[in-house]
Amino acid sequence: MAPRTAEHMPSSSLRVGVDLVRVADVTASIARFGARYTERLFTAGERAYCDANTARAAERYAARFAAKEATLKVFRPSPHDAVDPRSIEVRQLADGACEIVLHDIAIALARRSGITELSVSMSHEQEYATATVVVRLTPSGGTTGARDWSAVGAESAEGNRPTSTSSDE
Amino acid sequence: MSEELMVRERIRVIVGEHGRLSIAMDQLNDDASLYQAGLTSHASVNLMLAIEESFGIEFPERMLRRRTFESISSIAAAMRELTQMNSAA
Repeated sequence: MAPRTAEHMPSSSLRVGVDLVRVADVTASIARFGARYTERLFTAGERAYCDANTARAAERYAARFAAKEATLKVFRPSPHDAVDPRSIEVRQLADGACEIVLHDIAIALARRSGITELSVSMSHEQEYATATVVVRLTPSGGTTGARDWSAVGAESAEGNRPTSTSSDE
Repeated sequence: MSEELMVRERIRVIVGEHGRLSIAMDQLNDDASLYQAGLTSHASVNLMLAIEESFGIEFPERMLRRRTFESISSIAAAMRELTQMNSAA
């Protein structure tokens, strides 16, 4: 039976991004390109964490690649925006949770999108890795009222640390 | 064959090896969108690294944008720009 009523559910203050990566693709890329692949995509901190577990390194890299892509999806860059993948960094906290730390161009994109908060969740197993990013936007969707990521970054010389939680293993 | 055509042909071979496209390369013209032909973000990284390896160049950060890898023509244009920059330096 066709529904009789319809109600538009607004999502003007929330945005979600998701990405899925085949772990075998990452394994193949590491085998083919080695450090050129990992160093172009991942920060030193990310590489240290992933390489610490040889058996699951590719899974960890795949999950982080998915997190970067999911973050880009909520940023919605134009085809002309140049984005260094390392400007979106996944960090592991002491309690095992993960957070996204923004650098350089990623800060500008977050500001332009009017993002005030960002949360990531990642999951991976032998075949696939996935990540979901949820952000809260300013009510207008513009930069007015957006979090001043660069000011936050100035307080922390290492980068910006949006609100974010996720377990990684 | 002109140098430009040779460059495009080399790019085409690399796209065929690393692009993991959903259509046959002989069905793909130089201006066709590689993303619409199935190029994923991850495959575009492999494509970039393979092109760098083959041509002995490195794409600078400002070229790490979706538009650069949109088509064989756009990749060739980026290569041309890089070559001109290197020869002028």
